[in-house]
Amino acid sequence: METVWDVLTDFTVRNALLGALLLGTLSGVLGTFAVLREQSLLGDALSHAALPGICIGFLVAGSRQLWPLALGALVVGAAAAWCVLLLTRHSRLKSDASVGVVLSTFFAGGTVLLTYIQNQQLPGQAGLDSFLFGQAAAMLPSDLWAMGAVAAVGIGLVLVFWKEFKLVTFDPGFARSLGWPVRLLEGVLTSMIALAVVIGLQMVGVVLMVALIIAPAAAARQWTQRLETMVLLAALFGAASGAAGTLVSLVRPGLATGPLIVLCATGIAALSLLLAPRRGVVWRAVQRRRTRAEVESGRVLVDLLQLARAHGDENYASAQGMINAVYGADAQATLVRLEKEGLVRPVAPEHGTGRHWHLTPAGQEAARRLLEGRRDGREE
Amino acid sequence: MTVHSEPVQAPWDRAGAGSSVDVEHEPSLALHIEDLTVSYEYRPVLWDIDLDIPPGVLGAVVGPNGAGKSTLIKAILGMVPVAAGHIYVFGRPHHRQLSRIGYVPQRTSVDWDFPTTALDVVMMGLYGKLGWIRRPGKAERQKALEALEHVGMAPYAHRQISQLSGGQQQRVFLARALVQDADLYLMDEPMAGVDATTERHIIGLLKELRSRGKTVLVVHHDLQTVSQYFDWLVLLNVRIIAQGPMHEVYTLDNLRHTYGGQIRLLQGLAGALATDGDGEAKPGDGRSAGDGGAAALGR
Amino acid sequence: MGAFLDNVDLVIIAIGALVGISASLLGTFLVLRGASLYSDAISHSILLGIVLVYLISGDVHSPYQVVGAALAGLATVYLSELLGASKRVKQDAAIGLVFPALFALAVLLINLYARDVHLDEHAVLLGELAFAWLDVVPVGSLEVPRSLLTMGIITVVNALFVTLFYKELKLAVFDAGLAHALGLKPRLLFYALLLLTSVTAVGAFDAVGAILFVTFVIVPPAAAYLLTDRLWLVLLGGCLIAVMSSVLGFHAAMYLDVSIGGMMATITGLLLALAFLAGPRYGLIARFLRLRQQRVQAHVRMLLVHLYTHEHEAEAEMENVPRALEHHLRWSPRLSRAVTAIAQQQGLITVEPAGQRLHLTEQGRRMAQEVLEPWRRI
Repeated sequence: METVWDVLTDFTVRNALLGALLLGTLSGVLGTFAVLREQSLLGDALSHAALPGICIGFLVAGSRQLWPLALGALVVGAAAAWCVLLLTRHSRLKSDASVGVVLSTFFAGGTVLLTYIQNQQLPGQAGLDSFLFGQAAAMLPSDLWAMGAVAAVGIGLVLVFWKEFKLVTFDPGFARSLGWPVRLLEGVLTSMIALAVVIGLQMVGVVLMVALIIAPAAAARQWTQRLETMVLLAALFGAASGAAGTLVSLVRPGLATGPLIVLCATGIAALSLLLAPRRGVVWRAVQRRRTRAEVESGRVLVDLLQLARAHGDENYASAQGMINAVYGADAQATLVRLEKEGLVRPVAPEHGTGRHWHLTPAGQEAARRLLEGRRDGREE
Repeated sequence: MTVHSEPVQAPWDRAGAGSSVDVEHEPSLALHIEDLTVSYEYRPVLWDIDLDIPPGVLGAVVGPNGAGKSTLIKAILGMVPVAAGHIYVFGRPHHRQLSRIGYVPQRTSVDWDFPTTALDVVMMGLYGKLGWIRRPGKAERQKALEALEHVGMAPYAHRQISQLSGGQQQRVFLARALVQDADLYLMDEPMAGVDATTERHIIGLLKELRSRGKTVLVVHHDLQTVSQYFDWLVLLNVRIIAQGPMHEVYTLDNLRHTYGGQIRLLQGLAGALATDGDGEAKPGDGRSAGDGGAAALGR
Repeated sequence: MGAFLDNVDLVIIAIGALVGISASLLGTFLVLRGASLYSDAISHSILLGIVLVYLISGDVHSPYQVVGAALAGLATVYLSELLGASKRVKQDAAIGLVFPALFALAVLLINLYARDVHLDEHAVLLGELAFAWLDVVPVGSLEVPRSLLTMGIITVVNALFVTLFYKELKLAVFDAGLAHALGLKPRLLFYALLLLTSVTAVGAFDAVGAILFVTFVIVPPAAAYLLTDRLWLVLLGGCLIAVMSSVLGFHAAMYLDVSIGGMMATITGLLLALAFLAGPRYGLIARFLRLRQQRVQAHVRMLLVHLYTHEHEAEAEMENVPRALEHHLRWSPRLSRAVTAIAQQQGLITVEPAGQRLHLTEQGRRMAQEVLEPWRRI
């Protein structure tokens, strides 16, 4: 077993890692717009349509170089997007059925072409099906340059046309009213998903690419309210997933890269869904408990005050047992909390046994305010 | 039935006219529409529309569902293809005047879960003036803040838009239109689904725009309040049924024609029509129970 | 029966047809409900169920495979809906988050623990119908390919389900709210549908692979939906298209030496394209022709309305002439001449003196009034 350092300094590894970082970053950035425009599953269709594209590229170019394959994937991907649009706009099929039809039939066509190539024993065809799940180790430096160029174009476009993409995604009607060519801009945005797919083919494969488009963006959305931050976070999450997945797949040969990257990306998304402030499930649960605790504290305070008043003595200490009777087991925790806040103090009783509690001046003040609030009919 | 300015000479016979784009058509009018037809799959949504809006009015477009009201607004903005007709804004073809038009789309036309703040949305109103690629800067931010101030939303500037109520979202949209600093404002049901306070606030804002000499044209959903709020009325049902000053156009006959068939009027509405000369409904007549007058109409 | 089984080709076609029929029976309701992509999700994630069953039982062809697959499929849908309902992720993104993760997990487990077993992830995706005969089971005195038997049983089950619950399914698809109000439990029905889809997917993945299965679920019903409005016809049409695709696909695959299942699936796509273009009622060509006709009528009506509006005005002399049409209505001279001619032909206008002033006939006037004041008829 190689050490991690050996792995990191290896040439193949460096290539694969760089490729993964590029891919992750680009998918995160472009995936953000796909997810916001609810075109996530269109990404699935485009990536499945890449299979016939790759085969056609191979057949036309006669070799397994990345350029013709990527170009084929891009062209057929664009055709697939156009077909989805055509079906949705000009037939009774809804968008989900259109995406499903295009996704499955293009892929079916791809399997036909793939088996044709395989059965014809055409030279160089071995390993074409590595595009199904990706194989990071097969990355060449020339591939890296190609990926880098495409990533530069994609990210460059997003940076330059930032406000245009933002408005067209949020409110295309308003953009149109400003005189902008909205259809063109939307076309560019859709084409960029195809770009991301093409880059991802070699690393993640056709089948799983959709996760890399969706997961980093979905994860990023949980942490921020601003589009700028969302895009940056998505790029970060995508890059991290890519790097982590690739490293593991290289340290443990025999594991395909694609699934590992996807599991990392989905893992980050799951953690984000649970832990993120404000939207996170865990955070919300904590908030709810805090609110309940506050409400409970308020009620105990008021009760202590009213008991004291009933006995005509503001420093009257109520027995723990009495409070327990009403509030049950939680009473102890609540009283400890109130003590920490300086609102109550435990005393040893003059008569009777067990703990007694009485309100401090601050506690009395707080309880009085609460009581008045309640009397006015307002909830605390 | 339509309010026309009579041409003394056929427009196409005027010397130097024809397809020359510099010729002004009715520059004294904020909006001049001739023979506008918009169709969807060759069924008419708007048919042979002749419409004139003088500058400085607060106008309402009213009509039943499917009457083409939103389509009219969209056609003026060049958002839908026009089958026939011409649209002129302040005398020039409409597609060249977009920088002078402010737009408030229907609130439900966007997904409010988008990751952005109220301030950000208002700044989008300045994107048109910035042109391609340029990003908004301090000056734009300042203008946007002022607009938010104006609609009473300044404390919410950095609030995520999904956390805003319906009325607040509507005000953000209004602020966005305000920063466009337009001369003609087109609004699509800005008071639909908002609370009474916001509605009052909005109509106050619109009246202020009018007092500054702006022209405002609003698709309004509520027959009962339209005569109180607006001073110019356009009744639309695929065709223009009637248009002109509110007190002239807001008649039972015209409403009947617009809404087709028999209409059963609510007590309040009938009372509102028995108004004094200045077109304001008498107090207490205004609102009846239930939603806008259209609900009472049998179609 | 023996004779049938002796015909290798026919059996393969039959398996393909059974896959197609069983898939499209269920797919009809998924497509109409807008849930087509759940079939894509399920067909990927059942692999996880299969792998887990294998890891637990050690048996590649365990009968519990079906159970594992069904559970995996249902879990996928349930998780996707849960995620979507939480509002933190949109529904489409939710689907695309869950199933790739489950599938990736499955592939990982295969890589780690099931390398040399038949559970090859490529085969799962692609399948090969030609190998159907490699796996036979004895039934009585005959030897039957396993796929044929499995798909036969599944087809019968699906057909029974669809027939027994036809009315409930119909209502659940078109008006889930009403179905719920009537106590019909549309959600339960929906999950039952998806359960059967998962089971069908397991049966099919041996024969045609996961993604080709998706094709059979979505495309034949979608194509049938482009041709007809009646639900039972969509069901029937989907099955017919599936069978046709099997037959045509088999022969084409044999001729071209390519994947049989892939070819069958591709043909369903071609048939849908055909329906999309040439469908008698909703096809693109038919609609285009209809539109052309409507367009002509629309123009004629525009002409009539224009004439009528200006008929009694002082400007009539000026307005009701061909040049005015060109200006106001933005018509080219050719168009204006053509429309005028058609209107004349239909007896709606007269032109006098020749080529100059246009007049409405009584019929034309009535038509114009209909457009302008439709309430008059009420």
